[in-house]
Amino acid sequence: MLFFNQKKTFRGGIHPNTYKELTEDLSFEIMPPPKQVIIPLSQHTGKPAKPLINKGTKVKTGELIAEQDGYISANIHSSVTGKVIKISSAVNVNGFIKESIFIETDENEEFCKMPSLNIEAITAEEIKTRIKDAGIVGLGGAAFPAYVKLSPPDKKIDYVILNGCECEPYLTRDYRLMIERTDDIISGLKLIMKAVNASKGIIGIEDNKIEAINKLKKALSNYSDISIIPLKTKYPQGAEKMLIKAVINREVPPGKLPFDVGCIIHNIGTTISIYDAISKGEPQITAAITVSGKGINKPKNLIARVGTPLIDIINFCGGIKSNTKKIIVGGPMMGIAQYDLSAPVTKATSGILVLNDEEVTNFKETNCLRCGKCVEVCPLNLIPTRLARLTQFKKYEDAKNLGITVCMECGTCTYNCPANIPLVQWIRLGKQKAMSIIS
Amino acid sequence: MISLEFSNKLELSSSPHIHSKWSTKKVMWFVVLALMPSLISGIIFFGTYQLLIVLVSIFFCITTEFCIKKIRKSKVTIDDGSAVVTGILLGLILPPNFSLTATALGAIFSIAIGKELFGGLGFNIFNPALIGRAFLQAAYPVAMTTWSKPNFSVDTITSATPLAAYKFDKVLTQLKPMIIGNIGGSIGETSAIAILLGGFFLIAVKIVNWRIPLSMIFGMILFSGILWLIDPLKYANPLFHLFAGGFLFGAFFMATDWVTSPITSKGMWIFGFAISLIIVVIRTFGGLPEGVMYAILIMNAFVPLINRLTKPKIFGEQK
Repeated sequence: MLFFNQKKTFRGGIHPNTYKELTEDLSFEIMPPPKQVIIPLSQHTGKPAKPLINKGTKVKTGELIAEQDGYISANIHSSVTGKVIKISSAVNVNGFIKESIFIETDENEEFCKMPSLNIEAITAEEIKTRIKDAGIVGLGGAAFPAYVKLSPPDKKIDYVILNGCECEPYLTRDYRLMIERTDDIISGLKLIMKAVNASKGIIGIEDNKIEAINKLKKALSNYSDISIIPLKTKYPQGAEKMLIKAVINREVPPGKLPFDVGCIIHNIGTTISIYDAISKGEPQITAAITVSGKGINKPKNLIARVGTPLIDIINFCGGIKSNTKKIIVGGPMMGIAQYDLSAPVTKATSGILVLNDEEVTNFKETNCLRCGKCVEVCPLNLIPTRLARLTQFKKYEDAKNLGITVCMECGTCTYNCPANIPLVQWIRLGKQKAMSIIS
Repeated sequence: MISLEFSNKLELSSSPHIHSKWSTKKVMWFVVLALMPSLISGIIFFGTYQLLIVLVSIFFCITTEFCIKKIRKSKVTIDDGSAVVTGILLGLILPPNFSLTATALGAIFSIAIGKELFGGLGFNIFNPALIGRAFLQAAYPVAMTTWSKPNFSVDTITSATPLAAYKFDKVLTQLKPMIIGNIGGSIGETSAIAILLGGFFLIAVKIVNWRIPLSMIFGMILFSGILWLIDPLKYANPLFHLFAGGFLFGAFFMATDWVTSPITSKGMWIFGFAISLIIVVIRTFGGLPEGVMYAILIMNAFVPLINRLTKPKIFGEQK
């Protein structure tokens, strides 16, 4: 009965070429600290952190240099040992100019860690406090401070779901982490389950990551409360709402969050950061990054210090080929094209892609053919073509009524549009306009 | 080692940075490819003159589009291939050995009235090829119902189409010739094999959404089946309806036209069923033996309404 054996998934979505083969067999390499790091005060959703140091201050690796300001904010620690040269604005990978701390690296590295905690005896409160102290942010894309997610307001949480989908093409960071740090992921998941008092843990992984699934399954043979669910390989399987739908068949309503349907989702990388912060006392000062694309000379999976400029990473990976067209931070579906390579890697940076002219396709835009291909693939059942058109006509109120603010901007519609209309780009604009109408 | 100056050479644009390999142009040429079996079957059964009809139709479609774009001073977009598709489609639904002058007029009408009047590709409400044919049906009623005898025809078959033979003389054509195509009918509409070959190809490459042809076939079996069960002597059987006339060609190549069909899955089902219902009504109770063209044109008009009524439920939305 093939029908019943079909892999779990959601409705819609696309199957872009994954290009994972470029980096999937490459173990993580540790990149030495660069000559200078630029650490933005805002590496997370919410208010920027408040700097605690001044120009000239000597800092150690792991030392707290900026503290969380307000509820949704996160601590920031120095990723290198060295001297603060200045605190001033600098370009960041999201294309904005942000206040950042510039630190000149010293050759002799000194570490400043928090005390290790016993992961068996620890209480839920201690887990949350440590996650907050270590400045951990979610590594799934939005960089939401992790401890906020772990403090749902009076909601019963029955599932903690780990997101091992990594559905963006090229990226293999989570896949490598699942293979190289299998046991730590499980320990991290146990810690999150304890923190929110959830009885069940689920790890959802796309079925193209067979080695990761097998390794985790083997490591989990002694745990009855954690299960692995292989999912159909499809973009955007790693989107929160899509993942929840696929693994526990619950739909998060528009405007609601996962805890409204009784679950909490964390990324594989975040789980490891949580484990490291608790068991080793390490704050979040490194980022696991996939450097890939056909334009880079030596694709790598890298552990780099937060604040390392993109250019240093690119040069560490052997530089680029001459037909390079675009450099993207993140995946090709949702990542951001870079215009200044001095921008630094942040906590949540997942990948740096160097794409050549054959990978970046530029078709000519033609009229909408009303083919419905965007409707067919929209995972949230929206009508992208109409939302885009309403935006063009500045009918934001109508667009809002048709759900434009629900759009998560995954880009699936645009990928699939044969007329090559920049649908999601229009929708992004319309969404912002529609939201400003509300407020 | 690259330096920071390299930044200046980078291309900037908003995500997504990759795209499927499909473009309007590619889609149109795939449709052209899918129509080749039907064109070849038309040439085999009715002679090489039919190729001339199709070429004249294509030529006048392209020229008309070019001229109108020039007159309106808008960008010439004939390289998208859509005018070629309209040209072939119109040619294939004309009677064999049709007049070339009339073909040219039909092609001009298709593009000028059926497409450019509305604003060009993507903005038309009705299928342009069917609009052209409807015009010819009105302007040349006799020529449009004068059917040539196919080559290799079995002696019992006259030049009349199976639908006309059944409607006016109660002669039921056998299934085999209808499947192969050596029967009377429009150039590209007689051979079920050729149509299905192209149709399945378009479904396989996901240009044609299977819901429309499938719902039309289901609808046809259902509606003609009800009548047939009521009185098998008076009404033709569902299989005959499926293979007679322009039903299959309409189901795979006309009703599935992206621009003039619904964009929602539910809407496609409604659209397909409704077309079949209208075909059965016209064929059975109307004065004409065939109704595919009118059925599709009528339902084209309902597409905006169908789209509105079948708006999908947003993910997670409670009703």
